Amino acid sequence: MSAEFLYTIEVILNGLMAGVLYSLVALGFVLIFKASGIFNYAQGVMALFAALTLVGLQEGRVPFAHLINAVFGTKVHHFDWTLPAIAAIIFTILVMVLFAILVEKLILKHLVNQEPIILFMATIGLAYFMEGFGDLMWGSDVKTLNVGIPQGGSLWFEDFTIGWAAEGEKFYGMYVDLLDVWAAIIAVSLVLFLTIFSQYTKSGRALRAVADDHQAALSVGISLRVIWVLVWSISGFVALVAGMMWGAKSGVQFSLSLIALKALPVLMLGGFTSIPGAIIGGLIIGAGEKLFEFFMAPIIGGATENWFAYVLALLFLVFRPQGLFGEKIIERV
Amino acid sequence: MLYREVGEFKTSYAQDSHTFPIKFDRYRYYFVIIVGLLFIPFIINDYWANAVFLPFLIYAIAALGLNILTGYCGQVSLGTGGFMAVGAYASYKFMTAFPDLNIFFVIILSGFVTAFVGTLFGLPSLRIKGFYLAVATLAAQFFLIWLFNKVGWFYNYSATGMITAPSRSVGSFFITGSESTPAAKYLFCFLFVFLLAWIARNLTRGKIGRSWMAIRDMDIAAEIIGVNPLIAKLSAFAISSFYVGVAGALFFSVYLGAVEPTEAFSIQKSFIVLFMVIIGGLGSIFGSFAGAAFMVLLPVALKNLLVLQFGWSVDIAAHFEFIIIGGLIIFFLIVEPHGLAQLWNLLKQKLRIWPFPY
Repeated sequence: MSAEFLYTIEVILNGLMAGVLYSLVALGFVLIFKASGIFNYAQGVMALFAALTLVGLQEGRVPFAHLINAVFGTKVHHFDWTLPAIAAIIFTILVMVLFAILVEKLILKHLVNQEPIILFMATIGLAYFMEGFGDLMWGSDVKTLNVGIPQGGSLWFEDFTIGWAAEGEKFYGMYVDLLDVWAAIIAVSLVLFLTIFSQYTKSGRALRAVADDHQAALSVGISLRVIWVLVWSISGFVALVAGMMWGAKSGVQFSLSLIALKALPVLMLGGFTSIPGAIIGGLIIGAGEKLFEFFMAPIIGGATENWFAYVLALLFLVFRPQGLFGEKIIERV
Repeated sequence: MLYREVGEFKTSYAQDSHTFPIKFDRYRYYFVIIVGLLFIPFIINDYWANAVFLPFLIYAIAALGLNILTGYCGQVSLGTGGFMAVGAYASYKFMTAFPDLNIFFVIILSGFVTAFVGTLFGLPSLRIKGFYLAVATLAAQFFLIWLFNKVGWFYNYSATGMITAPSRSVGSFFITGSESTPAAKYLFCFLFVFLLAWIARNLTRGKIGRSWMAIRDMDIAAEIIGVNPLIAKLSAFAISSFYVGVAGALFFSVYLGAVEPTEAFSIQKSFIVLFMVIIGGLGSIFGSFAGAAFMVLLPVALKNLLVLQFGWSVDIAAHFEFIIIGGLIIFFLIVEPHGLAQLWNLLKQKLRIWPFPY
């Protein structure tokens, strides 16, 4: 095989891995959209907040240290303990559940039956709030997150592929980041877990009933509010996983919340209501933007990754307005 | 008592089609215009112009534009920042390519360029609806900003990639550049706000505005009663983009003087303008102004309060600003989803029957 061809395969592989991470964020969107019809813009900030909390707990940082110091003139910053990763993760999950309960109690309850655009705006407000709150609580410096996921290139894979190139070609094997591989494995198991949960448990069945038809679900005695708390908690959990992966990759910082925007074209491509759609959409976008950058960057200039996903989704939607797997839009007058 | 329609008789068609049919409203409007034109220019200084009045006026134009698209025609757009950038770069190109062209026409022409670009990105709206469209407009945002960063022609191949507004004047008053005075800038923007608000008000109550509202309320039904969705949607995109483009051109040339696209016209701008429209009130001209005033004044007020009064460090104040803005947005949506304009209407209703509420 020629080196050119192998490079292309490498680009596609890495694109697919990045796509898995997009899918993880998109998954949280889909869950909430299906259960409550809310387009949750705060998903990205939730990932950031979860990652911040995880780091903070793990390193034993004092919450609101900045504020306390400013108000009382003290100099606190760390407790004298650190938590093992697994304990920190469990506590963070509890925090996200608490967050879900608060969101339901303070916001969603009051906005039932409002137009979708109003709910969307409310989640943007929530995103702003969480952004300020997270920074205030844990400080706005870039933090490194280490929960024990291996990182760096896989030497084994490099050695494995180095012999594929034709004789005399310059090819040093394919580079695959171990973290990406782990992210892919975790994402797949997460999807399996969610599928089993929604197919075979009582709450899961209630969840699907609500997604299908709010009023019918209410009439058979399913509590919408419990379901909303449940679905926001699950989204919080998914956000935590996404935040962990992205945080381990590029540090926990503000730009983490911007991955939510990257998840939007993924959603459009896959359809807002489809879990497999979110996964496949993520893979297409991930591979597509890396390939486009690989082939087109020398011609039209780099950094096309900023917009390629949106334009691809836009063009795609013109032909199929509900996305790949979205429900057919039926309009009645 | 204070606010009443009683005793207002209309005896001609001209009176019937007044923009402000009620005397109280009309006098209030004259009052605002007179204060804005004859009072503020004489007391304005650099701080007030740059912190409050210029951003307020410019954002008001952008909010008017987005309100036409989102509030009147029901098409959610998140590409406002990108379209503002189009206006800014168009004005830069016009200013440098035709140095003799009056700045007033430069701004108007930039509006037309933006209208054209906006129509182009509005084309998918005929197929895509709702949130899908909102996300699709993000394509415009990111693509346009990337374009202005990458293609040297747009920033005349300057080494920094920034664009800087050259000095331009109307008569002997400098509007842009370093010799400009706050009063001249303020009046220049005021003129645009006045003209554009007047046009918007009359567009939205005319035939085209009604066709927009029909599309917003239900596009299929509107189509059946004879509204052409192609013309209605694209005209909304074009006119909205014209407003946003003018706002972008003013933002760059008059307010900032020098911009760098990734910073000045980021996605945050799109959201801020959208907040203005929603907090002010969807489908209301007054709401655009109220929302712009709210979103411009709030950070200034917070900064004054937290940093200057409490003596907190700037970063804590910035975090609090996010928390408070986010909290207020949620609070407003819960209390009054139709925005400040609706609150104003309720207040008018109260004033009408005051002091005998029953």
